[in-house]
Amino acid sequence: MSTHTLAVEAATIGYDERVVVHDMTLEVPAGRITTIVGANACGKSTLLRAMARLLKVRTGRVLLDGRPIDTIPPREVATVLGLLPQTPVSPEGIAVADLVGRGRYPHQGWFRRWTAQDDAAVEEALRATDILDLADRSVDELSGGQRQRVWIAMALAQQTDVLLLDEPTTFLDVAHQVEVLDLLTDLNRARGTTIVMVLHDLNLAARYTDHLVALREGRLVAQGAPSDVVTPALVEEVFGMTARVIADPVSGTPLVVPVGRHHTPTNPQVTPQELTG
Amino acid sequence: MGVLVGILLVVAVVTLCVGERTYSPAQVLQVLLGERVPGATFNVETIRLPRMLTGLLVGLGFGMGGVVFQTMLRNPLASPDIIGVSAGSSAAAVVAITMFGLSGTALSLVAVVCGIAVAAAIYGLSWRGGVHGARLVLIGIAVGAMLDSVIAYAMTRAGVYDANEALRWLTGSLNSAFWPGVGPLAVAMAVLLPVLLALSRRLSALQLGDDTASALGVRPDRTRLALIVVAVAVVSVATATTGPVAFVAFLSGPIAHRLVRGTGSLLVPAALVGALLVLVGDLVGQHLLVARFPVGVVTGVLGAPYLLWLLARTNRSGGSL
Repeated sequence: MSTHTLAVEAATIGYDERVVVHDMTLEVPAGRITTIVGANACGKSTLLRAMARLLKVRTGRVLLDGRPIDTIPPREVATVLGLLPQTPVSPEGIAVADLVGRGRYPHQGWFRRWTAQDDAAVEEALRATDILDLADRSVDELSGGQRQRVWIAMALAQQTDVLLLDEPTTFLDVAHQVEVLDLLTDLNRARGTTIVMVLHDLNLAARYTDHLVALREGRLVAQGAPSDVVTPALVEEVFGMTARVIADPVSGTPLVVPVGRHHTPTNPQVTPQELTG
Repeated sequence: MGVLVGILLVVAVVTLCVGERTYSPAQVLQVLLGERVPGATFNVETIRLPRMLTGLLVGLGFGMGGVVFQTMLRNPLASPDIIGVSAGSSAAAVVAITMFGLSGTALSLVAVVCGIAVAAAIYGLSWRGGVHGARLVLIGIAVGAMLDSVIAYAMTRAGVYDANEALRWLTGSLNSAFWPGVGPLAVAMAVLLPVLLALSRRLSALQLGDDTASALGVRPDRTRLALIVVAVAVVSVATATTGPVAFVAFLSGPIAHRLVRGTGSLLVPAALVGALLVLVGDLVGQHLLVARFPVGVVTGVLGAPYLLWLLARTNRSGGSL
């Protein structure tokens, strides 16, 4: 199990003049799945990017194993902490195995050749993501779900104990979303990889998460186990939406059912009489 | 890739054999091993060998420099001969010849320095908190057009002798490739090309986007700057030796990509293709056509249709470069 720790300490994060995340303090539980949720533009991706040291914090610190992350050589960080960005770029015509192999970069020296160990890591990553049979295919030809698996495989080939993912299920249909989250859960259970991700779908987050972090306008609103944290009051506060919370009939985790203005028994938009009449 | 090396060797030997008088490979080998063969020794050792070596080195440089740009900016149009880097060297050389009467090493130095300066200017002009491929290509083409007008102006003011000398800088040619030039060129390439090779793994990471590259432990901006400086130096040194051999930098990468398909870095295959293009282009220009043409004319005829095709294709697929 991962013993590496990742923490954010009193961090203010932003772009140019604009501050997006205010005074954030957060400790990522090692070996668990943490999900950051919140409304659009609440700063969840910004927070993740700062944790992956793609963004510098203005004030405060991001600590990897207790050391400020920007003082550690980038390649050393890359052997501990991996990231799947929201929109990675795949070079034209690149083969799946070649792309996945690039995840080995931090483990190679200036002139060190490709080794059997690298081969093994790539094969294991392809196997874990169930795309071994696609190894020779061109990434361009794959479906969205397959392509996302390829990128996850690349991050796996990097063999980091901590893996950050920025909206790994965006652009995927619901079946592929569940597939990706199942895969991440496998990874977490089999290897104890610490996973931190940003998700849009609160219900999937509640089901697949050990530790939920809710943001509103760049500030931490609540954190903890989904069953403790997800309540109608929280949904109201974070998303500005009235909702009921029931037990997910499959997993028993909280299931958020939005109320909305229409289609509610107390305020039917179209009555049955109108329909037949 | 082994096949590429083989073909390149064969072409190199043919280059040494063929000419006004044609010698057998055995005779050429004797000359190379230091034996004196009447006639052949002078022709091969003094004329053809430096010409072949110059073509080979310059081709390696154009090929590798070009593919580094194209890969880094994720755009096949982003080759130094399209985006004005080579034009920078040419314009500086033409102005130096026609207005300041420079020649020799000083001239080459001016051409290299100005090539790098123009590249820096293009990079600076296209910087908006990062460099985007398409923007850099457009700005590079505009800068290239400006430099072309500088060249045209200098040429109209030049005397006949100077203009003739300056012409070499406009269409790449191996006609003035003799021994004294080979040494410095070989040293420059022996230093610069390995640096690019050492950076090639970072380049592969950079190809996946800045975020992924950072996640893999590569600093995107720093790596990009190092790659640009070295690649521009390579292309400028090559341009300073033979003039801009049209489209070699532009064509080598795409051709290599189609030849080796799929895995691994394109740097070495593209360099080999570049050398092959220059040597074959020179062979064709010297011996297969009714008149003798400089190599740049031949590669230009090859490259122009590909450029048209590429522009037509990118236009069809949504207009983004």
